[in-house]
Amino acid sequence: MKLYLKIWRQEHRKVKGNMVSYEVDGISVHMSFLEMLDLLNERLLRQGERVIEFDHDCREGICGTCGMMINGRAHGPLSGTTTCQLHMRSFKDGQTVYIEPFRGAAFPILRDLKIDRSAFDHIIQAGGYISVSTGQAPESNSIPIAHEVTEAAFDAAACIGCGACVAVCKNSSAALFTSAKISHLALLPQGKIESAERVIQMVNQMDKEGFGHCSNTEACEVECPQQISVLHIARMNYQYNKALILIDRNAKS
Amino acid sequence: MIDAKIPTGDLADKWSNYKDNAKLINPANRKKLDIIVVGTGLAGSSCAATLAEQGYNVLSFCFQDSARRAHSVAAQGGVNAAKNYKNDGDSVYRMFYDTIKGGDFRSREANVYRLAECSLALIDQAVAQGVPFAREYAGYLANRSFGGVQVSRTFYARGQTGQQLMIGAYQALMRQVSLGKVKMYTRHEMLDLVVVEGKARGIITRNLETGELESYAANAVVLATGGYGKVYYLSTLAMGCNTSAIWRAHKKGAFMSGVSWIQFHPTCLPQIGETQSKLTLMSESLRNDGRIWVPKKMGDERVLNDIPEDERDYYLERRYPAFGNLSPRDISSRAAKERIDAGCGIGPMKNAVCLDFSKAIKEQGRDKIEEKYGNLFRMYEKINGVDAYKEPMLISPAAHFTMGGLWVDYELMTTIPGLFALGEANFSDHGANRLGANSLLQSCVDGYFIAPYTIPNYLSENLKSEKITTDHPAFIEATNNVKEKLNKLLSSSGHLSADHFHKTLGKLLYDKCGLSRSKASLEQAILEIRALKESFDNELNITGDYQVNSELEKAGRVSDFLELGELMCYDALQREESCGAHFREEYQTPDGEAIRNDDDFCYVSAWKWKGESEQPELHKENLIFETVKLAVRSYK
Repeated sequence: MKLYLKIWRQEHRKVKGNMVSYEVDGISVHMSFLEMLDLLNERLLRQGERVIEFDHDCREGICGTCGMMINGRAHGPLSGTTTCQLHMRSFKDGQTVYIEPFRGAAFPILRDLKIDRSAFDHIIQAGGYISVSTGQAPESNSIPIAHEVTEAAFDAAACIGCGACVAVCKNSSAALFTSAKISHLALLPQGKIESAERVIQMVNQMDKEGFGHCSNTEACEVECPQQISVLHIARMNYQYNKALILIDRNAKS
Repeated sequence: MIDAKIPTGDLADKWSNYKDNAKLINPANRKKLDIIVVGTGLAGSSCAATLAEQGYNVLSFCFQDSARRAHSVAAQGGVNAAKNYKNDGDSVYRMFYDTIKGGDFRSREANVYRLAECSLALIDQAVAQGVPFAREYAGYLANRSFGGVQVSRTFYARGQTGQQLMIGAYQALMRQVSLGKVKMYTRHEMLDLVVVEGKARGIITRNLETGELESYAANAVVLATGGYGKVYYLSTLAMGCNTSAIWRAHKKGAFMSGVSWIQFHPTCLPQIGETQSKLTLMSESLRNDGRIWVPKKMGDERVLNDIPEDERDYYLERRYPAFGNLSPRDISSRAAKERIDAGCGIGPMKNAVCLDFSKAIKEQGRDKIEEKYGNLFRMYEKINGVDAYKEPMLISPAAHFTMGGLWVDYELMTTIPGLFALGEANFSDHGANRLGANSLLQSCVDGYFIAPYTIPNYLSENLKSEKITTDHPAFIEATNNVKEKLNKLLSSSGHLSADHFHKTLGKLLYDKCGLSRSKASLEQAILEIRALKESFDNELNITGDYQVNSELEKAGRVSDFLELGELMCYDALQREESCGAHFREEYQTPDGEAIRNDDDFCYVSAWKWKGESEQPELHKENLIFETVKLAVRSYK
């Protein structure tokens, strides 16, 4: 099959980019979307042109490295699927496909489709952990955790940190990413102790990084390759307000 | 003969003895010491975080955009620990024995015992970090069974155990970053090791965004940079997995061991086209209910479901009745290759075998199978567009895990003092074949529990050594060498891409130094690799500039893979026996089983780099078995 691609090209952080058109034929329906880009890059290379830069690594949907807006949708047309797991059978011969980076004020573009998502690392650094050092752990079965609690924590912990939630949000909010981590840790007995400080620090960091606020469009859940629920955002907001009251009261007493 | 410095005493006491006698460093002195950790997978993150908790200054590097992305994240099945929660007869000794036997008696007793011993604390640590391991309804931890063992000792978090352990280690690392004890460098690729007066004292990295070369000095360097299975191009590994960090350390004097011991995972998705970049792994757990078969007739073109029962060859059940479809990985992969080579392979490229669930669905019902493997069936459909509830899956063996790596002693130190290698980057615990769910374990144990004892022991003896900064001539020289190499690559103006060379090398190694090898195939491979290297030097094409440039990154890695590939062949050539993943066609029984030779080959190879056009030099570490008796590994 043959596709007409319009791809975002940008030299580096400080310059403006633009959409460039490419025609690619000889595409097999069995190819993954990234293999289709490999094919295009191989041809660009042969013509002496600079290849299209895009982030990717595991190509099995778990590392969270890849991600692009494909015809305006984060990771393309399929739900619950990363860009690397998208295959060309989801496209039609002769179709025009727009490919852009995940955009957001907190996600500067490095080159073409490569972006800087270190803002996510900063949010985790602000408190997305349980403060346990190696050697301190008690015997693992001494903390029984109900099956359904573990499963609920897992659903939140499954986040791969790709940034699709930010890219699809009209406010470029990182609420789904941040709340998933807050839920994962707050649901577990080991993580409860620090939960009040954690939610305040992480939410404040999210604001500091330049992410917008959540206005409940729920687009993030639709586009999330791990199908993480927006209910975590509700839980985060509840915990945030609760923590403000608790911390305020503790400070006064 | 090289010495692994194994502590004295009974097997069960060696690690305690070591820890009791290891030298310590005063907390006030720890903050004066810098340690570089390259790689942020399970081994790297856990080691960096733990050293930082102890008070050292840690510099952590990864080539990915975040420390959370390292390929440990992709491990599916689980992590082993001898907790004996099932009361089914498990113990540290039994786990030790299973691992030694699974490795075909080509690993060190003391290391393997320590691995089993430390497995207990690892589960505790991971749970405390918030890793959501599967639980029974009463709230206690659940376990399952894995290939090659008879007890249930595998802890798991759905099919994403690696991801969850990885997130635990990543969060521990991020905590230390926020406390200022770890300085994190993402999108940095290590391109050389700096050795001063025989000791590892720093690294040269390239900033993958700006292209700048940067120098970092430290009192010790840890390489936790993973395995090199991507040398075959098509593999279960991530696209960025590479050998460059360990290979460049090898060229600076660190020995490489067991280089040709590479595990092919039997249940991966087959190659279906020339542009394919990746062979996705389907969890080994599928073999609990799926039956593996090929048509009896060569080149059978019928629709698979139309092939009658008596014209199907369930070759694993036929050859290994005791373990059947759950035979160990090396044996299952080789049996598949044997049938494919015999012309009975299926699929568009005739390179696959069937994994058939029809019997299990008939017996247990579709709902039960969906509950156990639903996510895997969905993944299969996503990639292939085929409903595996209705027709058999097509699977094929793919390069997966490298048992080989940098030679390390009991302290996980390489032959360069001050240079440590952890996780898949070292060769240490798996012998010639790794058991399922032992790789997550080894990387975590190395990082959380072993290196944090052995590195201080090394540093304590070097406390008074002179402070070295990056102005030292050794750093200038290393930087210049790296710069020269990069400039040469960047100015390439041939007509072939780095991927072209990578794919050619991969195909060549798969055919001649893959699932099976022979003297003739290996000698031929060495000649072909040399020719390929020459072509790489003259015909490579790179476009773009020194800033973000994935072609430049790939080319650097491929040039190292080419050299490594040659060493793999030398390693396979010298080992005139079949053991574990290393199957030499000359050394097999009439019915195709491996013949190991303990009289002549009960050692670990340790190769020394001698220069670009020189043959590498073989050293040996004899394996001494004081506790177990060497036995033929039979799964019949």
